[in-house]
Amino acid sequence: MTGSTPNSGDRDTFPKLLLENVRVRGNKPANREKDYGIWLTWTWSEIADEIQALACGLKSLGVERNDKVTICGDNRPHLYWAFTAIQSLGAIPVPVYQDSVAEEMQYVYDHAEAKFAIVENQEQVDKLLEIKDNLPMLKTIIYNNTRGMMHYDQDFLHSYKSVQETGREYNTKDPDFFLSSIELGNGEDICAMLYTSGTTGRPKGVMLSHNNMAITANNGCIREGLGEDEETLAYLPMAWIGDNIFSFAQAYCAGYCVSCPESSDTVLEDLREIGPTYFFAPPRIYESLLTTVMIRIEDAAKIKQAMFHYFMGVAKRVGMDILDGKPVTITDKLLYGLGKILVFGPLKNVLGLSKIRVGYTAGEAIGPDIFVFYRSMGLNLKQLYASTEASVFITIQPDGEVNPESAGTPAIGVDIKISDNGEILFNGPGVFQAYFKNDEATRDTKTKDGWVHTGDAGYMDAHGHLRIIDRSKDVGKINNGTMFAPKFLENKLKFFPHIKEAVTFGHERDFVTAFINIDLESVGNWAERRNIAYSGYTDLAGQSSVYDLIQDCVEQVNRDLASDEKLAGSQIQRYLILHKELDADDGELTRTRKLRRLPIAERYADLINALYGDKSNCPVEAVVTYEDGRTDTIKADVQIRDAATIVQQAAE
Amino acid sequence: MATQHTTEEVLLDVKGISLSFGGVKALSNISFDVRKGEIRAIIGPNGAGKSSMLNCINGFYHPQEGEITFKGETRKQMQTHKAAEQGIARTFQNIALFSGMSTLDNIMTGRNLKMKANVFWQALHLGPARREEVEHREVAERVIDFLEIEQIRKTPVGRLPYGLQKRVELGRALAAEPDLLLLDEPMAGMNHEEKEDMCRYILDVNDQLGTTIVLIEHDMSVVMDISDRVVVLDYGRMLADGTPDVVRKNQDVINAYLGVTHE
Repeated sequence: MTGSTPNSGDRDTFPKLLLENVRVRGNKPANREKDYGIWLTWTWSEIADEIQALACGLKSLGVERNDKVTICGDNRPHLYWAFTAIQSLGAIPVPVYQDSVAEEMQYVYDHAEAKFAIVENQEQVDKLLEIKDNLPMLKTIIYNNTRGMMHYDQDFLHSYKSVQETGREYNTKDPDFFLSSIELGNGEDICAMLYTSGTTGRPKGVMLSHNNMAITANNGCIREGLGEDEETLAYLPMAWIGDNIFSFAQAYCAGYCVSCPESSDTVLEDLREIGPTYFFAPPRIYESLLTTVMIRIEDAAKIKQAMFHYFMGVAKRVGMDILDGKPVTITDKLLYGLGKILVFGPLKNVLGLSKIRVGYTAGEAIGPDIFVFYRSMGLNLKQLYASTEASVFITIQPDGEVNPESAGTPAIGVDIKISDNGEILFNGPGVFQAYFKNDEATRDTKTKDGWVHTGDAGYMDAHGHLRIIDRSKDVGKINNGTMFAPKFLENKLKFFPHIKEAVTFGHERDFVTAFINIDLESVGNWAERRNIAYSGYTDLAGQSSVYDLIQDCVEQVNRDLASDEKLAGSQIQRYLILHKELDADDGELTRTRKLRRLPIAERYADLINALYGDKSNCPVEAVVTYEDGRTDTIKADVQIRDAATIVQQAAE
Repeated sequence: MATQHTTEEVLLDVKGISLSFGGVKALSNISFDVRKGEIRAIIGPNGAGKSSMLNCINGFYHPQEGEITFKGETRKQMQTHKAAEQGIARTFQNIALFSGMSTLDNIMTGRNLKMKANVFWQALHLGPARREEVEHREVAERVIDFLEIEQIRKTPVGRLPYGLQKRVELGRALAAEPDLLLLDEPMAGMNHEEKEDMCRYILDVNDQLGTTIVLIEHDMSVVMDISDRVVVLDYGRMLADGTPDVVRKNQDVINAYLGVTHE
């Protein structure tokens, strides 16, 4: 940990923090990337050299202060360097989701008025060439990977290397330029513009200053005691604020090394090789890791299964207490120690999680079972409550006080208040400057004195922990008078490994109904073991034995709800299994995989009507969009089933 | 799709090849040439003699008549290992990989001919053998990167789906850094998406590595899309030879494919 706070004059921007890291730890690793099967390492001095070359090259291509430069691709050191290079010119990096289809991309480029683009490879170049005619502002495209680019001769296309070469020449002519350009910057400058994926309407460009990101990142380091020896793996989309903080801002503040996976398909293997000490993953990653483990255990020999279940039982009983430093009996301690050698240790090693000191999860609620599974194995998994508008950290679960229901205590420097109607507001060093070209949205979200409306409903509990109920604008009322909290119900459903996604309806309706997406991996494995043949998702989802499986899950949720006085009226009475997986390419999810309720409701209006009708099936046609933008139609006949509800016993 | 890098230089010249097994005539008097840098397809119905033709080129079968000139060197009979040394690599109609070995190890076997260190050094894994292995591993890794199969580098190929195994087999052939690549039905048994991927890789190999390719394929649309010139065989005879457009209009070819009533 470095001593001074990042907002003092000589380290108030990321380019200045880069120079600081070169001074303090020039020979320590800053980035790693696996290429041709070998981990390559760059030290802080080396990346500073690369960044300088790129910055000077961009300058000679005509990048001016406040120009917007987009960055788009998988996590690559070269693209992270682009952030700092752009910032050192006083220009503004705008990371874009690499899996966006051309049309979404066009909106962002157009809205951001991007003049320059730095992209990873041919795929991204092709997408841009497709829309370039509609983007008069876009002057120059720079690509990192030269593969397949041989026959592209457009003069606005440049390779990353050639830009750096031009930059090196520029630097010999004007050796003071780079440093003096960095000197011109200060903490108030805009450090990055991030487009929020937007569960409603068009994405908004959130402008964050260097102070926002650097102070928040540094506070995060202080809270968890992060230092230069941490190891992290950058594998989440670069356009997402979380990756900006964990893989960029905090690395610059604490001086730790960020490794980039070989490809998005090798993340699990790379995770194992790097062995991160500081790790962030949204709940779905932890869920899918657990699903893989459970599938493999079910296929394992009986003795291994017995050992696994016995020691996981021990872990569930005492593991959480041991992690929180609470006293347990000697026998339990010994048993747990044995379990660590035989089960937890090897398991964590296989998952690449054995060195983790701090593991975060956020974005969605994580299932209590999943949360307990990891914590009881001794993995310090903690939830945090985050938002792009806060530069990530709002609340974090403190060590020793972790419980699955709370979102933790406010991060350093962050204030929280609950409005009269139950909405959570926050204020602090990370509060964003404004939405780009959208004053109306800025006024709606941020008050004059810097309080930000989250749109989430919650309350502070007796221990000073924040508890989140639901997104307040989604919470509604069922005609029988019960509160309808859709996300709460959906999370309960999603905690079953067989259910990947759920959408519930009930606002201003007589009862609650649900769409279910099955988890193809988990249900597929279940079907295989029962010799149930299927040809793909649509086929499997329509099988009545799968409906029986899901029926159990839905009725289990209903039993849980029945015991809750306030929510007993929101039991799920009818449901169906959707014939296709909800997908961001079809506009049904955001790029960070959150439900977009309005488009779903419009698109599947027929199915919703059928859920509230009395038929037991409904024919549908759905248009699906492939990754290359082509569309196709899926036809299916979707079954609808009633689920048993439990009548609450009249209190006597 | 004519690619601009095809030259007039003939890499492989096949003249008057005839091959028979006992009384069965597999090939009779076949002549065609393959220019440096082109994608050359051999098509024809089942049993037309396509695979036999490939087997003659890489020296597995020895034709009774005719001669083959590769890189200016004429031969009547050839040993398979000599063909490999000269720069001819191939894949097989039925996958012929070591199913218990990993993807990486399978691809490394494609480097076998180029390993010069003797058994003694190899056994000790020291000195020249070690240096060599580093070099060969680098070539293998470039192939893995090229075919985008990093995620299965260490997976035993027996556990891979069919489409990926086909890609590994292509990888092993590429590891030999061939001048001429023979592909025997690279897309047989694949679904539409796998076929499109494979087409992309074949075009990339041709385009970026400059490898000359001779391929056998059943799927006419694939052949017509990616090859520069096509040879059509039927019952061991050559029916036509020319660009896809010419071949498509040839009446003999249409008859052979669509069938014709024999009076």
